[in-house]
Amino acid sequence: MTSVAPGYFLALAGLLFTVGAVGALIRRNAIVIFMFIELMLNAVNLAFVTFARMHGNVDGHAVVFFVLVVAAAEVVIGLALIVAIFRRRATANVDEVNLLRW
Amino acid sequence: MVDFVLFGGVFVVALGSSLAMLFARNAVHVALFLVAVQVALALAFLLEGAFFVAAIQIIVYAGAIMVLFLFVIMLLGVDRREALVEPLGGQRPLAVGLGLLLAAEIVFVAARGVDLVAASGGDRTLAAVNEDPGNVVAIARLLFSRYLLPFEVTGVLLVVAIVGVMVLAKRIGRMGSSVAERSEAGDEQREGVAV
Repeated sequence: MTSVAPGYFLALAGLLFTVGAVGALIRRNAIVIFMFIELMLNAVNLAFVTFARMHGNVDGHAVVFFVLVVAAAEVVIGLALIVAIFRRRATANVDEVNLLRW
Repeated sequence: MVDFVLFGGVFVVALGSSLAMLFARNAVHVALFLVAVQVALALAFLLEGAFFVAAIQIIVYAGAIMVLFLFVIMLLGVDRREALVEPLGGQRPLAVGLGLLLAAEIVFVAARGVDLVAASGGDRTLAAVNEDPGNVVAIARLLFSRYLLPFEVTGVLLVVAIVGVMVLAKRIGRMGSSVAERSEAGDEQREGVAV
């Protein structure tokens, strides 16, 4: 167990989450956007693990387990959607998939 | 002392790699930087006594999920660079500005709230829990008692995901082709990306 204060871990989690949010906003490739969403999920996992250490129990670890399962399901569905769009439109650029835009 | 050095390394590698993700043009490079972030975070989990989480972070995230990402990137073509033109004027500066605001907020709240959470901690430390029932045993007891219903729902979620992927990825034969297959995108191009 580390003696580094939990606040530093929380700050790192917050910064990683921010980078993920900015990346999801400014990138145009659907797969890259997905990877930034994964980065945000990872940052949240770090926050949960840090809270578990602060509370002195493993509830946070159990939550991370659920986040991981949801992330895996989300990635599988999302990548299948991207492949399906690519088959039809031959692009992974989110700006070119704008049929439903008014 | 040594954990401060380790945490410094984790901090620099995780933040540096995530910033490099922002500026990498090639999708494969983005994926590899994400793997670096995840390995650094696994080390952070080890530092915080989350042994089980660190193990599944490497196995599931850095192993399975990132391989899936790389597989799809290779499937769709490696060297498709993103368009440099920004269709929405001013989106990038706005995103960066709001991101900096978000980072400031999160760090501010974390700095203010750390003492509150620490004060509400139980009478045992995580080190003691890891010692007495053990990390994995403690998580397993939680999963099969207090979180039993979410655990079962997770199983349903995975089944739904499997069925959904099979529906999405199904390629119906040339004769009885689906709507997507009959699109004008061109057969020869589709051949190239067939699984």
